[in-house]
Amino acid sequence: MSAVTPTVKLPRLDVTGRVTFPHVLLSEWTKLRSVRSTKWSLGVGFLLTIAFPVIFAFATTAHWGSMSPHDRADRHPLDIALAGVNVAQLAIAVLGVLLISAEYSTGSIRSTFTAVPKRLPVLWGKLLDYAVVSIVLMVPAVLISFFASQAILDRHHILQISFSQPGVARAVLGGALYVMLVGIFALAIGAIVRNTAGGIAAFAAIFFVLPPLMFVLPQSWNNAISQYLPSEAGRQLFALNHAPHTLTPLAGGLLFAGYCAAAILIAAVLLVRRDV
Amino acid sequence: MIEARELTKDYGEKRAVDGLSFTVQPGIVTGFLGPNGSGKSTTMRLILGLDAPTRGDVTVNGHHYRDHAAPLHEVGALLEARSVHTGRSAYNHLLALAQTHGIPKQRVLELIDLVGLHDVARKRSGQFSLGMGQRLGIAQALLGDPKTVMLDEPVNGLDPEGIHWVRNLLKGLAAEGRTVFVSSHLMSEMALTADHLIVIGRGKLIADTSVDDFVARASQKVVLVRSPDVERLRDALAGADVTFEPAERGALEVHGLTAEQVGAAAAAAGVVLHELTPRQASLEEAFMNLTRDDVEFAAELQEAVA
Repeated sequence: MSAVTPTVKLPRLDVTGRVTFPHVLLSEWTKLRSVRSTKWSLGVGFLLTIAFPVIFAFATTAHWGSMSPHDRADRHPLDIALAGVNVAQLAIAVLGVLLISAEYSTGSIRSTFTAVPKRLPVLWGKLLDYAVVSIVLMVPAVLISFFASQAILDRHHILQISFSQPGVARAVLGGALYVMLVGIFALAIGAIVRNTAGGIAAFAAIFFVLPPLMFVLPQSWNNAISQYLPSEAGRQLFALNHAPHTLTPLAGGLLFAGYCAAAILIAAVLLVRRDV
Repeated sequence: MIEARELTKDYGEKRAVDGLSFTVQPGIVTGFLGPNGSGKSTTMRLILGLDAPTRGDVTVNGHHYRDHAAPLHEVGALLEARSVHTGRSAYNHLLALAQTHGIPKQRVLELIDLVGLHDVARKRSGQFSLGMGQRLGIAQALLGDPKTVMLDEPVNGLDPEGIHWVRNLLKGLAAEGRTVFVSSHLMSEMALTADHLIVIGRGKLIADTSVDDFVARASQKVVLVRSPDVERLRDALAGADVTFEPAERGALEVHGLTAEQVGAAAAAAGVVLHELTPRQASLEEAFMNLTRDDVEFAAELQEAVA
């Protein structure tokens, strides 16, 4: 041959490893940190958790003078401190769905499953990575929101509550735990539905559509059923007062964790059985 | 080595792969040829365990893909449809895959250089051209220094230089004793790259043959003859395996006889010949003949059933 034929040679790989769970965990961490949606969702979740209590605290101090005694009695410092949790859960849930659904929409799941053909370690890795990331993010967020809102309210000497008061620390940290579990639940939903829009819709249906629908039911039915919904059970983790027709924080938290476990179980079975 | 036995895959009513049995040997490049939609990609997904077969079985290097402790060292695969998160950079995509096997970062950088993606490795891969996407896929396939390399339409979207590069790469990999299995819908490409061919149509095995045999079989026994007396020539040549296709006026394309046989028969019958030309059917034609027969056979079947 007259033409110069460049020889392409693949360099040998000296180290040979194997698939282990720590390896998969690290791989999933690389994936988690290397897409924009992670930074956006986590950033928004963190900021909203703090921003809402701060804004509500300022609004409350500004209007305190003109509030009726009845109104004032209705305000509770923990409601203000944890107002952001209700909003942050949406950001964390969306990211939870995306972490797996985007693998299906982009096709990267095929690369993932050729590297880890046993598949389940991928699900465990995603869940564990995301649980750790969201709890590490949310614990400081709820602590900041608690102490910041208290500091703002303290300037007018209103609605003060001590972190060491019974149930307060549990409620504040319970807010972080709740958001983490929401992320886990959403990730499992994403793995079941395998579609971003569908996953987010399913999550919204369970958390935001189902609870108000219960009010259409006769009062006694609503009272009997609502407390067992995932969102209602879960939110007892950060409720200070035990209202009638609600579960205790421990029972609610356990039930919500049970829902998460059930969703994960379904996701795991489908993950192994379905074609990609 | 890849071994498929009676591999069958149904998607609902549709049978995508139908009783496919073949062996892909190490040390050579094996082309996997078939028209679009003939089941090549499905077969490759079955090999990788991404899809489960309806019936039959396939192993790579002696085990089901799923049972390998370090699959990336066994099989490196480039899948046809993009298999990369569009928001992630090429570097991070490869790094995440490498980490599943504890393969060091250095290897990722090495592969990025090898496929020529150095300048764009940190960009979001969604911005890649088709050719760049293919290069990333090839880097991914080679990441684990695999014993078996399986590439689905690797030259799609590559420029001529890139195509040349892939050809040399594949030959080099085979020369090192690896199993190389490459799909294509282009016969001409396979003729230049492959040593052995597995041809499928409608999910069924049509041919499992060396490229040399395929070429020989394809180009044999088509002869163009020109004669002032085409009618008598036709009678002289008629036989069970002989068919005619009318060429231009005064000429005839004879299938099923060699030039020597046609010449001898014409001489025996006393027919004057003006031209006697053995025709090399192009590989592309040969391939299309093979797969067209299959398609026609299927069409006839459907009519018979209806």
